[in-house]
Amino acid sequence: MKEYFSNIFNALSTVWTGMKITFKHLFIPSVTIQYPEVRLQLPERERNRLYVNMDDCIGCDQCARACPVNCITIETVKSIPGDDLGKTSNGKKKALWVTRFDIDFAKCCYCQLCVFPCPTECIYMTDVYEFSEFDRDKLIYEFSTLTKEEKREKLERLDRHYNEREADKLGRM
Amino acid sequence: MIYDVINNLTGSPVLSAVIVAMLPLFLFILPFALVAVYLERKVSAHMQDRLGPMRVGYHGVLQTIADIIKLIQKEDIIAKDNDKLLFNIAPVLVFVGSYAAFAAIPFTSIFIGAQIDLGIFLIIAVTGLVVAGILMAGWASNNKYSLLGAMRAVAQIISYEIPTILVVLSLVMMTGSMNLYTLSEMQTGYFWNWNLFGGNYDILQKLLLIPFMLIGFIIIYISTLAEVNRTPFDIPEAESELVSGFHTEYSGMKFAMFFLAEYANMFAVSAIVAALFLGGYQSPFGYLGNLIGAEWLVPIEQFLWFTIKGVGLVLVQMWLRWTLPRLRVDQLMTVSWKYLIPISFVNLIIIGLITIL
Repeated sequence: MKEYFSNIFNALSTVWTGMKITFKHLFIPSVTIQYPEVRLQLPERERNRLYVNMDDCIGCDQCARACPVNCITIETVKSIPGDDLGKTSNGKKKALWVTRFDIDFAKCCYCQLCVFPCPTECIYMTDVYEFSEFDRDKLIYEFSTLTKEEKREKLERLDRHYNEREADKLGRM
Repeated sequence: MIYDVINNLTGSPVLSAVIVAMLPLFLFILPFALVAVYLERKVSAHMQDRLGPMRVGYHGVLQTIADIIKLIQKEDIIAKDNDKLLFNIAPVLVFVGSYAAFAAIPFTSIFIGAQIDLGIFLIIAVTGLVVAGILMAGWASNNKYSLLGAMRAVAQIISYEIPTILVVLSLVMMTGSMNLYTLSEMQTGYFWNWNLFGGNYDILQKLLLIPFMLIGFIIIYISTLAEVNRTPFDIPEAESELVSGFHTEYSGMKFAMFFLAEYANMFAVSAIVAALFLGGYQSPFGYLGNLIGAEWLVPIEQFLWFTIKGVGLVLVQMWLRWTLPRLRVDQLMTVSWKYLIPISFVNLIIIGLITIL
C-alpha cells in the first residue's frame, strides 16, 4: 500500500521535474543556425578545397608525389633555351611549362600533405567547402593556365629543339 | 442559437442545418489543425533548442499550408493485398468519429451544434467510432505493423475510456447534468465557480471538493491524453517499434485525414476537459461586453476564452509529448487498471458523498 502511493508520488514528481526542464529549454536560444545565411566561423587552419597559384608553380611534382591518394596529375614540358618563364614570388626560376595540373577533388582526402613539400607555397587550402556537383567529372579541377594550342605549341617547339640539337650533333660528327 | 439565426436568414431548415454542421469544421477544426501542426513543430523545436520550420514565410508560418499542398499532390497508394473497401472507409470513419464529438461541444453560449441533454454521453459514445476506424485501418492494411498498432490502439483506448467515464460520471453526479451547455452555464461568473474549484457549492463543500476535483482533473487529463494516442501514450504509433502503426500504409489525403482527425481529437478532448472543469466558454473575470453594455461582444469573448482554454490544454499536451518517453505496453495497462481506475472510483464515491452533504 505504501509502495502504491509512493509510486504515484514518484510518477507525478518526476513528470513535473521533466516538464520543468523542457519548459526551461523553451526559452534557451537555439543552437542551430540558418545555414546558407548564417555560417559558422571556420577554424584558422581548416582544410577545404585546394587552390594552386599557377604563377608560382614550378612544376616540381612534389605535391603529386606526396599525395596519398594520387589525386594530383602534373605534366610538364621542358622549356627551350631562350624561353623566359619568369620567377616565382620567392625568387625561384621557373624552368618547366606546366601543361597539365589536375586535382581530382572526388579523390582528394583533404590531408594537406601536398601543401607542405611545395617549395614555392603555391598550393594551399582555401575556405571553400561548397563545391558539390552532379557530375563526378566536374570535380576534376584543371589549374594549368596554358590553352590547348599553347600546350601543343610548347610540345612541338621542344620536339623541334631536340631535332635541331640532334641534327647539330650529327653535323658536328 | 446560431441555428435560428441562419434559419431566419436562409429560410430553409435543411440548408441551415448543413451550414451549422459545417461551421465548426471550416471555422475551427481546419484552422486549428493548421495552427496546431505549426505550433507542435515549433514547440518541439524550441524545447530541443532547435528552430523548427523557418523557410516558408516569416519563421515558417506557412509551412503547414505547404505541407498540405504537398499531401494533396501525393499519389494515393493502395497496395495489392489491402482490403480496399475497409481501407478506404477507415480514415473517413476516424475523422467522422472525432468530428461528431464537436456536435455537442459548446463553443459559445449561442453556438453549439446540437443542444442535447446527453451531450457528454453522445461524445463518449460517438468517439467509439474512432476505435472502429483505427481497427479497420490496421486490419485492411494487411501489414503486421499496422495490425499490431491498431490492436494496441484499441486496447489502449478502451482501457482509458473507463477512468474518463468515471471522472465524467463524478462531475455529472455533482452537477446533475450531462448537457455540456448547461454544465458551462452553471460555471458562469468568476473562476471560483469553475468545477475545478468546486462549482456552485457552499464554501465548506467547495473547500472539501477542491482536492478531489483536482485529482479528477489530473485523471481525466491523463486518460484523455491516452485516448488520443499521444506521447507518452503513443504506443499504437510507436515509430521506433511499429513504423507508424495503423497509418503505415496510408499516403496522400487519406493520411492527411488521419492527421486531421488526430488534431481534431486533441482539441475535442481538451475542449471537453475545459468544458467540464475549467468553465467551458466562461470568462474567469466577467465580460468586457457586459461592462460597456455591448451585448454582441459577449459571444465573441466567450469564443476567445474557449479557444484559449482549449489551445492552452493542447499546448500542455505538446509539452508533455516532448518531455516524456513512451510507456511500455504493460506499463500502459498498469497505469490504467491499477492506478487511474481505482483512484477515479474512490474519487467518484468521495465526490458523491460530499455533494449529498
